Amino acid sequence: MSEPQPLLEVQDLVKHFPIRGGVLSRVVGHVRAVDGVSFAVRRGRTLGLVGESGCGKTTTGRTLLRLLEPTGGRVFFDGIPVHSLEARSLRALRRRMQIIFQDPYGSLDPRMTVGGIVGEPLSAYGEARGRERRRLVGELLERVGLSASYVNHYPHEFSGGQRQRIGIARALALNPDFVVCDEPVSALDVSIQAQIINLLADLQDERGISYLFISHDLGVVEHISHDVAVMYQGLIVEMASRDELYARPLHPYTKVLLAAIPVPDPEMKGQSDAPSGQIASAMGLTAGCPFYPRCAAGDERCRAAVPDLREVAPGHFVRCVNA
Amino acid sequence: MAEALLRVRDLATHFHTEGGVARAVDGVSFEIERGEMFCLVGESGCGKSVTALSIMQLVPSPPGRIVSGSVMLAGEDLLGLPPGRMRRIRGEKIGMVFQEPMTALNPVFTIGSQITEAIRAHRDASRGGAARMAVDMLERVRIPDPSRCMGLYPHEMSGGMLQRAMIAMALVCRPVLLIADEPTTALDVTIQAGILRLLDDLRRELGMSVLLITHDLGVVAQVADVVAVMYAGQIVEYADVKTVFADPLHPYMISLLRSLPTLGTRKKKLDAIAGQVPDPRRFPEGCRFHPRCYMAAPECSRVNPELREVRTGHRAACIRLEGYWQPGSSPPVTPVTRPRERARDV
Amino acid sequence: MNEELVTMQARSLWAEAWHRLRRNRLAMVCLAVISVYFVLGLLDMIPVARTIGTGEARTPVEGTLVDWLFARVVGEVTKEESYVPPGEGAHVLGTDIQGLDILYKSVKGISTAVVLGLGTAAIYIPLGLLFGIVAGFFGGLVDDLIVYVYSTLACIPGILLLIALMTVMGKGTPQLCIAMGVTNWVGLCRLIRGETLKLREADYVLAARAVGAGPFRTIFLHLVPNVFHIVIIAFTLGFSGIVMSEAVLTYLGVGVEADTISWGMMISTANMELTRHPVVWWQFVSSAVALLMLVLAFNVFGDALRDALDPRLRTE
Repeated sequence: MSEPQPLLEVQDLVKHFPIRGGVLSRVVGHVRAVDGVSFAVRRGRTLGLVGESGCGKTTTGRTLLRLLEPTGGRVFFDGIPVHSLEARSLRALRRRMQIIFQDPYGSLDPRMTVGGIVGEPLSAYGEARGRERRRLVGELLERVGLSASYVNHYPHEFSGGQRQRIGIARALALNPDFVVCDEPVSALDVSIQAQIINLLADLQDERGISYLFISHDLGVVEHISHDVAVMYQGLIVEMASRDELYARPLHPYTKVLLAAIPVPDPEMKGQSDAPSGQIASAMGLTAGCPFYPRCAAGDERCRAAVPDLREVAPGHFVRCVNA
Repeated sequence: MAEALLRVRDLATHFHTEGGVARAVDGVSFEIERGEMFCLVGESGCGKSVTALSIMQLVPSPPGRIVSGSVMLAGEDLLGLPPGRMRRIRGEKIGMVFQEPMTALNPVFTIGSQITEAIRAHRDASRGGAARMAVDMLERVRIPDPSRCMGLYPHEMSGGMLQRAMIAMALVCRPVLLIADEPTTALDVTIQAGILRLLDDLRRELGMSVLLITHDLGVVAQVADVVAVMYAGQIVEYADVKTVFADPLHPYMISLLRSLPTLGTRKKKLDAIAGQVPDPRRFPEGCRFHPRCYMAAPECSRVNPELREVRTGHRAACIRLEGYWQPGSSPPVTPVTRPRERARDV
Repeated sequence: MNEELVTMQARSLWAEAWHRLRRNRLAMVCLAVISVYFVLGLLDMIPVARTIGTGEARTPVEGTLVDWLFARVVGEVTKEESYVPPGEGAHVLGTDIQGLDILYKSVKGISTAVVLGLGTAAIYIPLGLLFGIVAGFFGGLVDDLIVYVYSTLACIPGILLLIALMTVMGKGTPQLCIAMGVTNWVGLCRLIRGETLKLREADYVLAARAVGAGPFRTIFLHLVPNVFHIVIIAFTLGFSGIVMSEAVLTYLGVGVEADTISWGMMISTANMELTRHPVVWWQFVSSAVALLMLVLAFNVFGDALRDALDPRLRTE
């Protein structure tokens, strides 16, 4: 099966944050937030990136856009090496890759009008001015389900769901090919989540936008993703097509994650299984598989070295010696 | 039948803001039996947290005021009590666990000192005795190595461990009622299951009742005995958990269940509920849900339904439901027998 | 959709803060007092050609609108009998050693204070804002350098530095503005830097970068508006400090020039007047009260302003 070149290719992406300590603020260690992550996003498709807090998924999203500088690895957008671009070319490329943030309250400048916020990409790139700009902004607002008359209002006058729509309108302004959706519905009420997910799906159908959909909610991810990657402690531990992953989860952590989701059906009580142990800190003090402390199926091989990501079935990758 | 532990009747709490009066809780009534896990579920702005605060009399008083109702705990009306007595009840009879353990605990004191302080504030205990009780409680909440935990500071512990410590602190004086306001919302899903199981087990072990407030229907399904669904300051559906999920009656609950992106049910488009939660300062006329309701009739904009027993043991607040009206009386609207099917037609 | 918004007026955070402030009656009273002072001060900068005397003895005289008003309302100000106590004759507050009306001097002192306050602000606000944002936003070596400079500056006792600068530059209002401006920017810079460090991590700043905003756009469109409330509060609360510093410096002999009328000047002569026999207290009291009223109004208003502008107290 020959496939066209993926829109986004990430190879061994690494992002470490230095920890400073001591009197002279020297670097005493690193937080290995992203520790060698590789994946691809196909054109017009969604890759769901799933994991719990601290696994590095948000950092991955920001680093591949170079909003944070990568410590290592390569990122190719439509064949262009993002990781090595110099500032001006990077800025030009940014038009095609955008981001939506998790926090609808912190991602909009409270002192700017909605029109100013949504139109900022147009102004920053000199795309449109004056009446043309106003018209485009109005269209964008209408497209995301808000009235164009909101242009002169301020973010704090809107609800969380509406603010998130404003953020989506802003991301759409330059007609990007790719959008990183960083937990876009996690901070919203359940009934609003569905509205936003539908909107994102519609926009993908309409405009052929690719998404990297970052979330901790496997239920949400199932609906919008074509492929799914599961992250734990800075590494991808399983990756497969959506259907394959949910039907045949192979990594112990994936199974734990799926089992822990409380199902809204009282007949299925007691299905939630809590793993023992706690999340080890991301300082990477233990050699070997990061999930070992919590894994029911771990053995000596797991403690010795971090397993590689292997393709155990066509398109299905697992980082586990026991899978 | 034994008398209910907690009886809330017609509770109403209003907030006076510059934009008007926000009727956060507007006529809420429910009972919690002894040893029962009672879930108050709803989205943000429905008034569930304010209900809990009203029961505990912790509503911030310049803007907020409990304007009516009664809250009977084992026969005693909490709303009429002097502050000193209420403070004692809060420590000894009612325990509280909140959403963010990090902000609920004092960062400059160790866990151990905070728990022992809580013990000594309400019981006669020496420092050593209180410390022993604290370790005992930490063990009960399944914290590994409880003696070591006593000496830790909040920032040295993970979210899940902190929440367990908070639960320990809430339970040291063996309260008869534990109020948990979104206790797992800020935690990872793999930690959440453990905390919920802990609450359920402790409830059985200690014979206490739990008022669990959440927005997560999955959580409700897993641990609740009885469910009350809140919308816009009122309870719109109220029954035991199996009934509410197997046979939801109120259109809001039905729509909510349909809009959940649950595992295994893969839809091209999710059935979202149009519109959004109304501003508590400007509720719509009549039924507060009717602007978003798939089976709203013209009469729905004129009548704000009260909670009535529509089926045995199953209360709902919707005038369109068959069973809402007494047999023989003439309902103002055509009754709907199967509200869930109506949702599918839309 | 939130239908009501479509007809409601848009309300920026500034507008909301203003509404909150308006409800504070004491703050509004103080604002009124400040406004009166400012109006008088600004009027005192408008030159008006006048003549005094009648008939043959008419002489043109330089003066301002305030002089003209004073002449109309109270009477022409000339050097009359010295040290007339208040209440006697036409002098409500008495006269000074040269026979000048004290009420007149008190009112004239307003313009000196206003000029000093605004002039100093015109120097320290841009300095503090610029360095604070640059240090907070760019970090690294630039931040280290700026922090080094202001930390060193802050180690020198303010009053000594002021005296030294004034001695070098000589007395005078513009010199005072420069000296006080140069010593006052550190406090504001620290506050701005702190706030910028915090805001730099905000999602909306990152979002601006993602949509193509360069550093200048980010600073001017996103950071400055969101730290500006600090500038306003610093200006309001600092104004009174500046006016009082003038009094101290003039008393020490390194303030305004000798022929400028200022409250500091009036207070400094109290040295001699209060030890005199009989005691001449009215110049000191008048100038002190005029100064006090302005300082108090600014402080009370400044506190109310800070409460109104505090983003945390905003009701969502």
